[in-house]
Amino acid sequence: SPRLHVGSGAVEGAMQADAKIRTESATESGPRGPSCSLRHFACEQNLLSRPDGSASFLQGDTSVLAGVYGPAEVKVSKEIFNKATLEVILRPKIGLPGVAEKSRERLIRNTCEAVVLGTLHPRTSITVVLQVVSDAGSLLACCLNAACMALVDAGVPMRALFCGVTCALNADGTLVLDPTAKQEKEARAVLTLALDSVERKLLMSTTKGLYSDAELQQCLAAAQAASQHVFRFYRESLQRRYSKS
Amino acid sequence: MAAGFKTVEPLEYYRRFLKENCRPDGRELGEFRTTTVNIGSISTADGSALVKLGNTTVICGIKAEFAAPPTDAPDKGYVVPNVDLPPLCSSRFRSGPPGEEAQVASQFIADVIENSQIIQKEDLCISPGKLSWVLYCDIICLDYDGNILDACTFALLAALKNVQLPEVTINEETGLAEVNLKKKSYLNIRTHPVATSFAVFDDTLLIVDPTGEEEHLATGTLTVVMDEEGKLCCLHKPGGSGLTGAKLQDCMSRAVTRHKEVKKLMDEVIKSMKPK
Repeated sequence: SPRLHVGSGAVEGAMQADAKIRTESATESGPRGPSCSLRHFACEQNLLSRPDGSASFLQGDTSVLAGVYGPAEVKVSKEIFNKATLEVILRPKIGLPGVAEKSRERLIRNTCEAVVLGTLHPRTSITVVLQVVSDAGSLLACCLNAACMALVDAGVPMRALFCGVTCALNADGTLVLDPTAKQEKEARAVLTLALDSVERKLLMSTTKGLYSDAELQQCLAAAQAASQHVFRFYRESLQRRYSKS
Repeated sequence: MAAGFKTVEPLEYYRRFLKENCRPDGRELGEFRTTTVNIGSISTADGSALVKLGNTTVICGIKAEFAAPPTDAPDKGYVVPNVDLPPLCSSRFRSGPPGEEAQVASQFIADVIENSQIIQKEDLCISPGKLSWVLYCDIICLDYDGNILDACTFALLAALKNVQLPEVTINEETGLAEVNLKKKSYLNIRTHPVATSFAVFDDTLLIVDPTGEEEHLATGTLTVVMDEEGKLCCLHKPGGSGLTGAKLQDCMSRAVTRHKEVKKLMDEVIKSMKPK
């Protein structure tokens, strides 16, 4: 049965959960303390009727729409005898997908493969399609969050949830979480990290720019703290959705 | 009998070795394969290098051509990397448009060049707004046995050190470029990024420089690109098992030692080359 977006009678299954997260960490570390403030985020699930699961994730002005098809039939050439075959398609907002999109697809796919329990659905395919709706910084992290929410909406079995966090390091060493496009451009280094919900381990990382080892550990710690908020938001949004029905 | 066991249960076979802290080819968990490099072997290219990491063989050829500088940066040149994984190197690649692995490797090399600032693009400009150099870096894998990213990065670095660009002057009257092939100069290589790849096994064990089979059995991979000051140009971890901060720290220290080994090897080879 098609589930419709807000505005129609069959509102069940479609809901909006907002969360404004702001944490000011008590800085005893002097002028180099990180300013942890994630932008306003929102998530909508089950807004598309065709895919088995869909989600739209908004972080500030960055918005990504994700759809999941699966477990479904797989081509014999691509089938794996004991696992599900995961495929990710990322479509940019403008233009045709290029090499950069292929690289991102591989990152997102490997992250999903690490958490999805593929062995429960052997010889099937699970396809995640991501469409960039607007890009205002932290795009890859937003894609990861949208993919996770869509996988949950589709009911794909996973052993953990995952989230993406972006950290930008400025020339003076300050750390900014969830940077806007302007902040990303001016930063010395931008690190996108994916963390899992069970033990906050690092699942995926991709970085741009030069930074030191100590700064990496600092970003990892800040990302782990920020991921707590994202996971709490996931939990609240799912709780609200399932408590209605 | 061991060969039969290896075919039927490759992961179990491998675990038996890991328990004794070694690998089927006799290496320690933190040991790299024998690295050899041959610089300047392609005479028709402006710069070239051949790198062998055990069985993995990668060759990089650099050609310099003229181009108009980009309109949004008229004082910069271009560096265009391309990684090609032809069917020659492994049976899993087919001929035709580049597959996903080749595209990901090309993007990785482009990111390393961009992040590490290995050459200043301003150095490639001949006449702002009119003429600049474009360096086409073609990296071709001849034999695929795992750890392609490390080999490609090393080949690129060695080839760039080998590139000699002729002096170009713009004739005032005709406006044409005049190339003086007798006067060549090396590129100004500012940093030396070196990549170190790890494979994660069973979510806990980290091994360095995985071979093709090891990559296939691994649950995750990690590549760290470091320059000589210990700064990280790239931390490429495309999914796979999770890692804690402490494990990452171990990887960093291994990457630092690897950087020293590679730099020493490259300096030795360049010193031993006869001047053209």
